[in-house]
Amino acid sequence: MSYITEEKIKELEKKAVAIRETIIHMLANAKSGHTAGPLGMADIFTLFYFHTLVHDPKNPLWEERDRLILSNGHIVPVRYATMAHAGYFPVEECMTLRKLGSRLQGHPEREKLPGMETTSGPLGSGLSQAAGIAYAARMDKKTFRTYCFMSDGEQQEGNTWEAIMFAGANKLANLTAVIDRNNIQITGTVEDTMPLEPFADKYRAFNWHVIEVDGHNMEEVADAVEQAKAVTEKPTCIIAYTIPGKGVKDIEHDYRWHGNPPGKGPSDKVPQEIQEEVFIKEIREAANS
Amino acid sequence: MIDNAAKLSNDIFSPDIKKASTRDGFGKGSVEAGKKDSNVVVLSADLAESTRADWFQEEFPDRFIEVGVAEQNMATVAAGMANYGKIPFITSYAAFSPGRNYEQIRTTVALNNVPVKVCGMHAGVSVGPDGATHQMLEDISMMRALPNMDVIVPADAEEGRKATLAVATSGKPAYVRFGRSNVPIFTTTETPFTIGKAYFLWKSEKPDVTIIGCGALVYEALLAAKKLEEKGVHVSVINSHTVKPLDSETILAEVKKAGAVVTVEEHQVAGGFGSAVAELLVQHIPVPVEFVGMKDEFGQSGEPDELIKHYHLDAHGIVEAVERVLKRK
Repeated sequence: MSYITEEKIKELEKKAVAIRETIIHMLANAKSGHTAGPLGMADIFTLFYFHTLVHDPKNPLWEERDRLILSNGHIVPVRYATMAHAGYFPVEECMTLRKLGSRLQGHPEREKLPGMETTSGPLGSGLSQAAGIAYAARMDKKTFRTYCFMSDGEQQEGNTWEAIMFAGANKLANLTAVIDRNNIQITGTVEDTMPLEPFADKYRAFNWHVIEVDGHNMEEVADAVEQAKAVTEKPTCIIAYTIPGKGVKDIEHDYRWHGNPPGKGPSDKVPQEIQEEVFIKEIREAANS
Repeated sequence: MIDNAAKLSNDIFSPDIKKASTRDGFGKGSVEAGKKDSNVVVLSADLAESTRADWFQEEFPDRFIEVGVAEQNMATVAAGMANYGKIPFITSYAAFSPGRNYEQIRTTVALNNVPVKVCGMHAGVSVGPDGATHQMLEDISMMRALPNMDVIVPADAEEGRKATLAVATSGKPAYVRFGRSNVPIFTTTETPFTIGKAYFLWKSEKPDVTIIGCGALVYEALLAAKKLEEKGVHVSVINSHTVKPLDSETILAEVKKAGAVVTVEEHQVAGGFGSAVAELLVQHIPVPVEFVGMKDEFGQSGEPDELIKHYHLDAHGIVEAVERVLKRK
């Protein structure tokens, strides 16, 4: 059975194209920031903000809202772009990214932007905070769910494993982790730098329910999120296999695009001065194919 | 002479003065705070007995969270709970929290600006036989450098209780520093306590030197004041339990009269309480200052009293510092 209609998926895919375009423009305009991760997570962010999350963009601090904690703060451009398209703030404000006085800091800050649940950037501390929220919510018999988006690279942090142990031990079934398994980090591939495999087994050994999905297949991700709600004895970890740079064929799978914006990235495929324009074209082509 | 406005213990200079550790004050205060507000929770990293977190655990088992030996997780789980609306106290030895989890506290508590109360126990050399690894001496420097963070160092168990109650309702991040060894309870329930408000323990009509301290060594400063009085040296003693925000008004007004200062802390002089006072004075009243504290060295094993004496942190060491600063006036 599926938890999402074909019409809805088509609508979400269109949204994701618009969000990817905003990501390219805002990063090019900022002249710094990360490109590969935000593009790779664009489908999942779109699904969450336009389908999964119980939230109200006009009332971002509504007490009963689902909490979405972004642990790897460096991919925040995708969150800014998605929140803007969802109605939290005007899309034009995305062009203030990383500028002096902007609410859209290079790494997200809770107090700057309503709806940005936590301040993050230093890796490995999001899951603990999500677990703290889930634990406190359970104490008060709240029914909202807490989601934590993480990178695969930050699974190398000790703090992450302390959180995995804590959430598993406390059976935080109201907590779902979504891991962006794109297998890149600054140094190269995750598996070459400090391997995680057998990754799913590690989470299972810590008393987590694990579901592996294609992170660009909205139906698979949507189904996994629903399945997690039915698991009442354990937290759930959704390992989402994603393509870094997804949607821009000249960036896809290239770890060198981890920390560069369009206009400043590797120029062996596309000259820097036309990267923004070419990448927008590629996003539209990919959507139409 | 003793400032009556401080309403100190009648037994203040009696050899039979009652003693307790400042961490006992946390134990008591946390239970009282828990009774006043059901949102108060206490987290422990496998040291519930040593930190007196077990007093809260006994009273409120459902609001006590044991995270195991994982201080980074303790700080960040607490940040999440505070984000949701709880008032979490995190408890461990100061060497581990904020020692080990400093970045987590910086990002997820201070910058995130959520009301987690970091309670660092076993601070200072008076930890005793455990030695230098467990004698935290750099925590005031680390924590007072953080924006949004209040820093409080109670002088005795009663003040520890009041400080715990005060931070529970402050609505912001706080660091409270506690000690392991039993020290005189020289304040009373009547003694004033407000975050950010220093007060006089000892006052002189025409003071020669102002002694300003925080933590249990403030009692040593009182003993020093008494000895100095007998020698004809007139001092004032200020208990500046709040290191941040520092009570600049009270301090500056008194230093204007005396023209010389001795600071007292069981902590590194570098970046610590004395540095905070010096930062204030150089901008407004640049008078000679002597620092009683650790001078760029770690502690070692020994009995608390022996160590306090060895590092010249006792009344005798404070008298010597006053004599030094008088020569520089």
